[in-house]
Amino acid sequence: MGGTDYHITATVLLRNSIILKDDAVVFRSEEKGAAFLKEAYGQLGVEYPRFYKMDALSKMGLVAADVLLKNNFTTAYRPEQVGLVFSNRNASIEADAHYWEASQEYPSPALFVYTLPNIVIGELCIRYQFKGENAFFVSERFDAEWIHWYVSDLMKRNLLKACICGWVDVLDDRLDACLFLVEQEASGRSSTFTPGNLDQIYKKDYGK
Amino acid sequence: MENKQELILHLKEQIIKQLKLEDKKPEDIGDHAPLFVEGLGLDSIDALELIVLLQQEYNIKLRNAEEGQDVFRSVSTMADYILAHSS
Amino acid sequence: MSNEQSVYIAGTGVISAIGNNVTENLASLKAGKAGIRAMQRLESVHKNTLPVAEVPLSNEKLAALAELPAYISRTALLSAVAAKEAIRNAGIDLSQWRTGFISANSVGGMDKTEDFFPEFLQDAGKGDLQMVVNHECGAVTEIVADALGVKDFVTTISTACSSSANSIFLGARMIRQGQLDVVIAGGTDALTRFTLNGFNTLMILDQEYCQPFDENRRGLNLGEGAAYLVLVSPKVAATLREQPAAQITGWANANDAHHQTASSPEGKGNLLAMEGALKKAGLQPSAIDYINLHGTGTNNNDSSEGAAIAQLFEAPYPAMSSTKSFTGHTLGASGAIEAVYAVLAIREGLVFPNLRLQTSIKNLPFTATTTLEQKEIRHVLSNSFGFGGNCSALVFSKVLR
Repeated sequence: MGGTDYHITATVLLRNSIILKDDAVVFRSEEKGAAFLKEAYGQLGVEYPRFYKMDALSKMGLVAADVLLKNNFTTAYRPEQVGLVFSNRNASIEADAHYWEASQEYPSPALFVYTLPNIVIGELCIRYQFKGENAFFVSERFDAEWIHWYVSDLMKRNLLKACICGWVDVLDDRLDACLFLVEQEASGRSSTFTPGNLDQIYKKDYGK
Repeated sequence: MENKQELILHLKEQIIKQLKLEDKKPEDIGDHAPLFVEGLGLDSIDALELIVLLQQEYNIKLRNAEEGQDVFRSVSTMADYILAHSS
Repeated sequence: MSNEQSVYIAGTGVISAIGNNVTENLASLKAGKAGIRAMQRLESVHKNTLPVAEVPLSNEKLAALAELPAYISRTALLSAVAAKEAIRNAGIDLSQWRTGFISANSVGGMDKTEDFFPEFLQDAGKGDLQMVVNHECGAVTEIVADALGVKDFVTTISTACSSSANSIFLGARMIRQGQLDVVIAGGTDALTRFTLNGFNTLMILDQEYCQPFDENRRGLNLGEGAAYLVLVSPKVAATLREQPAAQITGWANANDAHHQTASSPEGKGNLLAMEGALKKAGLQPSAIDYINLHGTGTNNNDSSEGAAIAQLFEAPYPAMSSTKSFTGHTLGASGAIEAVYAVLAIREGLVFPNLRLQTSIKNLPFTATTTLEQKEIRHVLSNSFGFGGNCSALVFSKVLR
């Protein structure tokens, strides 16, 4: 693609009982799945009581976005200038299964609401009042080239000034989130928005 | 049927469980405090869950969400409705 | 100048409750014949209370049309039928071009999964695992892409009820960017107990036939189906025997940022999407001849969508109608089914009626069209709004000769 440079101004990685902001560990716990997210929610001071009502995918998205945006995000953007482009492998399977199990007794509206993968984007838009373009792709694995192309195109056309993009996948109690804040302007410790940099951050082995 | 005060306490416990209000205790919910918006801050999905609660626990069926608006004003109005409609 | 590059619609394919192909769908739209009726195929406790818009074909018959085995998900069978029709209609040899398949769905292979679960829950050893391997939304797309022989680019979009509108504009965007020459874009969803029971608990299903944009509307009827457009670059269009009648000229997506499932009262997201799509097409609101409404028939959607239209447009208002009064709400397929209808409106010079409208919504300054109207249609605006606040609008325009 080349030519125009955009910038990864913050990253968050949430997996294997660890949460990293950029390269620093901000939370660690032996808990897994929903218990891990609940502990992180409390300790990191996320303070958004709707959290308790969410499915694991939205809980994970909320905690990851909170870490990603804390101290990094300017409110100078208009709501429609901030968008979200997410992807994952298992869509909303964890919420689907919960709703299905509960349905044996009586279908729950509160569980049904989460049986779509893009609800996590909706939750983040409600919390932060983001109104720009959003998209959710279901794919086998994290596709850095694709995310890079899609987000660069939105930036190039000036449809967005900032975009939260990346991967949010939950299967059973396995959590895997890697989100990037991409902006037109560079800031302090940002890296260039390239497929290579996305892949390197996503694949880096941070150990336990 | 239990008396209204017992029912109110029981309802508060059920509401916390059904609506996953994990950060709330029964004593945080006033008998007459509004459940929606300014009070407990419940929303329309919560209202639908309360309809499920009435149906599953008290065998009372509301026809539509609008009917719930008066019933779910507070825990006290809910208790009144249940006492008036349970067989 | 890539920005000015046209994206033509070379072919269309659709299967819905009102027809197994484009010709049958058009005939039903012209005859005012709805596909909503008492449940026939789906096994549900709501069989006698909730009318739906089912495709009146068994999986075996669909499989024969799709040239695929009957054991795969109905979502994939519907998808293959419509996609194959679209490709035949376009008359393009896909192997000559860089071709993509962009498909949307919201339920994946849930129809198979829910047949599998009851046995599985009783005894984990029982149940046919073949049935669940296609559960995931992406698997449905892969099966059909293989059947179509599309390899260059395949992706699945899952953004609820606006999904297939989003796959169409992504296709157009990739052609304009020079990434692909031909894109088969659209969506599919089969009716399942999973969605039926879910929408029922949200209390937005109508126990009678739905009445979109009526003051006394009660809710929506669920439907099923699939539809695809074959989008092509000008270079590909130049090789076609028949010159395309329509092109896609505008699109936009925005988030309503209001509620998980409900639209904001003033339709903020809807408005942003419509404004963005018109801007992209370089059109004033007054240029729109017909709006294919999202128009689900729920109290919330229609008042919110109506408010946004009232804010953006002024009298004389364009003709508008909700074709969900024919097809029911087909969720992940609805944006694409309605895109096919937009192309038909342009090609045939028709405004399709909004069925069963008796009383106009009191506080709106316009009303939907209730009869079939013949007139020249140059620009159609098609709205699609989904759970999670995902709002999309597309503009289709007549190709002038």
